Amino acid sequence: MSEPLLDVQNLRVRFPTATGPVEVVRGVSFSLGRERLGIVGESGSGKSMTGRSILRLIRAPGVVTADRLRFESKDLLSISEREMRKVRGARISMVMQDPKFSLNPVMTVGEQIGEALAVHEKLPRKQIRQRVLDMLEAVQIRDPERVFRLYPHEVSGGMGQRVMIAMMLIPAPSILIADEPTSALDVSVQGEVLKIIDELITQNGMGLIFISHDLHLVSAFCDRILVMYRGEVVEECRASELDKATHPYTRGLLASVPRLDETREELPVLDRSQWETA
Amino acid sequence: MNAISLRNLDISYGDTLVVEGLSLDIAEGECFGLVGESGSGKSTVLRAITGLAPDWEGEISLFGQARGKRIDRTFAALCQMVFQDPYGSLHPRQTVDATLSEPLTIHGIGGADKRVPEMMEACGLDPKFRFRLPHQLSGGQRQRVAIARALMLKPKILLLDEPTSALDVSVQAEILNLLKRLRREQGLTYILVTHDLPVVSFLCDRLAVMRQGRIVEVATVDALKSNTMTDPYSRELVEKSTTRLSA
Ligand SMILES: Nc1ncnc2c1ncn2[C@@H]1O[C@H](COP(=O)(O)OP(=O)(O)O)[C@@H](O)[C@H]1O
Ligand SMILES: Nc1ncnc2c1ncn2[C@@H]1O[C@H](COP(=O)(O)OP(=O)(O)O)[C@@H](O)[C@H]1O
Ligand SMILES: [Mg+2]
Ligand SMILES: [Mg+2]
Repeated sequence: MSEPLLDVQNLRVRFPTATGPVEVVRGVSFSLGRERLGIVGESGSGKSMTGRSILRLIRAPGVVTADRLRFESKDLLSISEREMRKVRGARISMVMQDPKFSLNPVMTVGEQIGEALAVHEKLPRKQIRQRVLDMLEAVQIRDPERVFRLYPHEVSGGMGQRVMIAMMLIPAPSILIADEPTSALDVSVQGEVLKIIDELITQNGMGLIFISHDLHLVSAFCDRILVMYRGEVVEECRASELDKATHPYTRGLLASVPRLDETREELPVLDRSQWETA
Repeated sequence: MNAISLRNLDISYGDTLVVEGLSLDIAEGECFGLVGESGSGKSTVLRAITGLAPDWEGEISLFGQARGKRIDRTFAALCQMVFQDPYGSLHPRQTVDATLSEPLTIHGIGGADKRVPEMMEACGLDPKFRFRLPHQLSGGQRQRVAIARALMLKPKILLLDEPTSALDVSVQAEILNLLKRLRREQGLTYILVTHDLPVVSFLCDRLAVMRQGRIVEVATVDALKSNTMTDPYSRELVEKSTTRLSA
């Protein structure tokens, strides 16, 4: 295999609390190539903290440490904040759950996407405009000229998320971190948004970290899966082999999902005492 | 007697007709699944039954009584709705206690002191949550509160609109088990709107597949499980469900 895009070894995230420090990410290690890597686990398992720490987005008093956090040839933990800003957005982008909180309410959709490009590349205005329109088309917005002029509150949830994806992908980053990118959307538009992410990732030969609590979504969408539980990766497998997972937590999750030919009168719920010791 | 009977129902928003010529009979105690692609009108059907989408023609009857177009208190007591997003449907500054007492107060029914803890217990909510706010609860606990609220007036019908779509799978299993048990214990009739066919397999007796505002097929859950539904579009949905990308 070629040199990975991202190499993470023994990543830890700690927060001080009234009862002493708590570690919410506990020794996570993985590497990412030009592939779709899924991180799955129930809410609170540390998925977002893992994604955010890659971009150094954990605010004090949170503390991030790692034996290694390398992107291309850069050590992400030691580079200056100025260098980090060049990585963020341009080289590694992140799409979050709710576009409402990530878009600037007083700038039009077109201006925002254009700015995402202008920050990283010096281009004439006209050319930026054209690139933005092309990008809006790439995320399958039917009337890009019209949407260019809309403000965030004037677009639906599904369209807002496409706008976010356009903004994150316009500088052509090599890694996209998508943190529950469709969880705030009506289930019906989730499929469309995922298809768009998938096409753009594949076309541009990027690496994707896809964070979700939805086991089946992740297994259908990714090449490889990390299962997180309480801040640790408890299982790693090829997406196609999820049904052969061995960790009791993963097995428990799989068992709790109803099947199309369901005959069980009751669904098993997780018995955490089974694998939680001490 | 049918719990729910819909006859030639046309439902519009303004000038746009979104549900057309829909007829359905749902027996008392039945759980009926309503599936279909986004925008096919599933939620709109539930909204018309509860009075939230007043612009309809045709007939809606619950237990043999035709309902009018307005919000109607007797119908509210008979038929309640639960939504996908428990966070959005609960008042952020209302405690569990206030949320569950409110329907009783509105309908001038006393005894909240007794009914609230009883209903919390029936819905698997620990008594210690009684004075908590929605943001102090997990997603699954919030959905339990939404279900408990819907049951406070002892309705006979629950309309469930994607009730577990926003939840972790482990939590989804708990809520599905809860819905199954409540239906059995309280003799409830359900319409369950979902994009998730396996959820229909677990909970329902029959289902209807909707497309562009019309029902294309009504089938038993056995036909769903054995993949013997007949309409090509229904079969396509089942196919998609087994490969799992896109809803
Ligand atoms: N500022 C904070 N102080 C203490 N704990 C926190 C803080 N922020 C998040 N956490 C905890 O970190 C854990 C992991 O959170 P997160 O990564 O957001 O989970 P996920 O994305 O898997 O749902 C959670 O248990 C959460 O409560
Ligand atoms: N409040 C509304 N005003 C106008 N159109 C609406 C409204 N709510 C839904 N619609 C439209 O009605 C159609 C059916 O929507 P809905 O019942 O929500 O579908 P589903 O629940 O099957 O996804 C869609 O085309 C939708 O855009
Ligand atoms: Mg998260
Ligand atoms: Mg709906």
